[in-house]
Amino acid sequence: MSDEAPRNPGRPAAPASAPVLAAVGLTKHFPVRGLRSKGVVHAVDGVDLELHSGRVLALVGESGSGKSTVARLLARLYTQTDGQVLLHGERVTARKGRAFRAYCRRAQMIFQDPFASLNPVHTVRYVLTRSVRIHRPTLRGAALEAELRALLDRVQLNPDRFIDKFPHELSGGQRQRVAIARALAADPEVLLADEPISMLDVSIRIGILNLLKDLRDRLGIAILYITHDIASARYFADRTHVMYAGRTVETGDSESVTQQPAHPYTQLLVRSAPDAENLGAPAHTGARGEPPNMVNPPAGCRFNPRCPFATELCRTQNPPLLDIGADRTVACWGYAARVPGALDGVPADAPARADLPDLRAAAAPVRRGAPEVAR
Amino acid sequence: MTAPTTSAAFPASAARERRPILEIRDLVVDYGYGEDRVHALRGVNLTLHEGEVLGLAGESGCGKSTLVYAATRLLAPPGYISAGEVLFHPEGGGEPIDVLRQDERSLRAARWQDTAIVFQGAMNSLNPVYRIGRQLTDTIAAHRPEMTRPEREERARELLSMVGIAPNRISSFPHQLSGGMRQRVMIAMALALEPRVLIMDEPTTALDVVMQRQILEQIMELRDRLGFAVVFITHDVSLLIEIADRIAIMYAGEIVEDAPAQDVYRRPRHPYSDGLLHSFPPLRGPRRELAGIPGSPPDLAHLPSGCPFRDRCAFAWDACAAIPPRLVPPAVPGDSPGRLVACLRHDPQAVRYGGFEPLPAPDRLAL
Repeated sequence: MSDEAPRNPGRPAAPASAPVLAAVGLTKHFPVRGLRSKGVVHAVDGVDLELHSGRVLALVGESGSGKSTVARLLARLYTQTDGQVLLHGERVTARKGRAFRAYCRRAQMIFQDPFASLNPVHTVRYVLTRSVRIHRPTLRGAALEAELRALLDRVQLNPDRFIDKFPHELSGGQRQRVAIARALAADPEVLLADEPISMLDVSIRIGILNLLKDLRDRLGIAILYITHDIASARYFADRTHVMYAGRTVETGDSESVTQQPAHPYTQLLVRSAPDAENLGAPAHTGARGEPPNMVNPPAGCRFNPRCPFATELCRTQNPPLLDIGADRTVACWGYAARVPGALDGVPADAPARADLPDLRAAAAPVRRGAPEVAR
Repeated sequence: MTAPTTSAAFPASAARERRPILEIRDLVVDYGYGEDRVHALRGVNLTLHEGEVLGLAGESGCGKSTLVYAATRLLAPPGYISAGEVLFHPEGGGEPIDVLRQDERSLRAARWQDTAIVFQGAMNSLNPVYRIGRQLTDTIAAHRPEMTRPEREERARELLSMVGIAPNRISSFPHQLSGGMRQRVMIAMALALEPRVLIMDEPTTALDVVMQRQILEQIMELRDRLGFAVVFITHDVSLLIEIADRIAIMYAGEIVEDAPAQDVYRRPRHPYSDGLLHSFPPLRGPRRELAGIPGSPPDLAHLPSGCPFRDRCAFAWDACAAIPPRLVPPAVPGDSPGRLVACLRHDPQAVRYGGFEPLPAPDRLAL
């Protein structure tokens, strides 16, 4: 539906500009409830990311990988255990009250389930009015009405038809559009979309993604797109971060991450994704093992129990994100041999220091010193 | 009951004789009664052949789950089967049995034995207060009373190792297993009596892609070994194209296209199938702009006249509002035999009979 929508040819804001919203070393540990337990769930550990205006960043990972927690931390629905959230380079400390509302105005969240995120007893008009009145209290009367209509137009819903409807009268896709309109009412700089399409019917998912694409291009909003579907990240996002067990394991532009995955986990993810081209003989993917227990995550690389290439080094030392060129990073010791200074963080007396895993043919090319590819 | 003999009888090749095992004929299912009833299924015809993997695809609310629940008589009120028959062909030939008219006792004996189901959200279908061994042996005890307890337990262990779970997990409680393992236990349980038909209702939707892939590989391996036929329900068409032999695409309580999996992917004939295929962004190959399907699925209580898809269809014309399409072979020369599509663009006869001028199938639906 929105493929015919007018597209602004010139994208606002060059990606080289400073990030709108950034996370630095974001960490969240949840205490385990119980009388005798003292453990914590390591939901997110040291995640860095940058959201640029007019750009989409996808956060891909399986359930329990901490991707939704990252969104909630960025939305200030949780307070981080460690690390910082930076809005235009300034540290965000808002937790409640006026400061929180001021922050909300700039970073809005879209939730997964539009059946749960809209109050069933209120009409679309009320839902949107609330949001407009909270964030722009000076709007009244005709100006308010015009704003409501403009919001519905922006999400491609006919205002005359939809403004007085209740959520139960709308389909899933329409509800999600209302939820997006509600987020837009604050005129935010950042949209945090937590699996915005996974609860919707398959035939209307693309419509929502195209709508978000259109908003990104027309309004220059920075979007964090959280998903477990790596194919949709390739379709929609400019950059993709892959998370595994609370850590970022790979970052890069979406096309290279999906076409030349560098981390063994990303490779497994790409191989496992349903693929219509893979006709006839579904090749064995070597998929094995299960995500780790996040109360006692494995030492070293958290993927090591499932990784076919793991060595002693992987089992003892956590790999940092290594720069493999072309604006890509990967947290895997398999690339350490070709990235100078990769082993700097490993104690010199660690016995496994030289025991680098060998990814052989699975390794993605490392482009050291290659000219920066335009993102 | 022994695996080696059965595995020899069913080679993994696709060159299997196409003998029907389950035939669904003109099945009509309503929800509710009287004037307000909703027609969830409106005359569905579908045949499952021996050893075949039949994929059933469609959006939520299109009736795919209702179809298999009705065909196995598991439909709970207010669901009501108002017409049709479901024929099960017993092993080794003989008169087919109409499942819908079977008496309670023989139905009870036949369930699980002939047709087993892995339910949607199977992860929550296990009883949390019993060990999985007990839940596995219960089934066997009910259907094979002649087996002794050690024999049953031996069989339960065998089933667990068949789906890739260590046999010593037999004394675990469901909460001690991960989601993927619980799903495997459900599959093992469904296979306990070596059914000839295994129905899987969105068995992997709640799982992550990696786990989904593991389970699918397991199912396909077991299928090749044991030779059962599978009805696989999902909304993920790309997944079906990969694993199914044949795909039936449902829309608003009807089957709109029924064709071999490769044909559906390469040469879709129904505009809805075409739209559905263009709703999934590809992971490989060129990146292209996708459009999805405009509009949303119709309300089954207030279906439009004629073709239920016409409001969302780019190829609809006035005949579509007047004539309900029926499943016919597509009007494209050289199509695989047995291919069916419910679209007036492929049915000039019905269009002419209805008093309209037929239009040819558009190029993109006649590749």
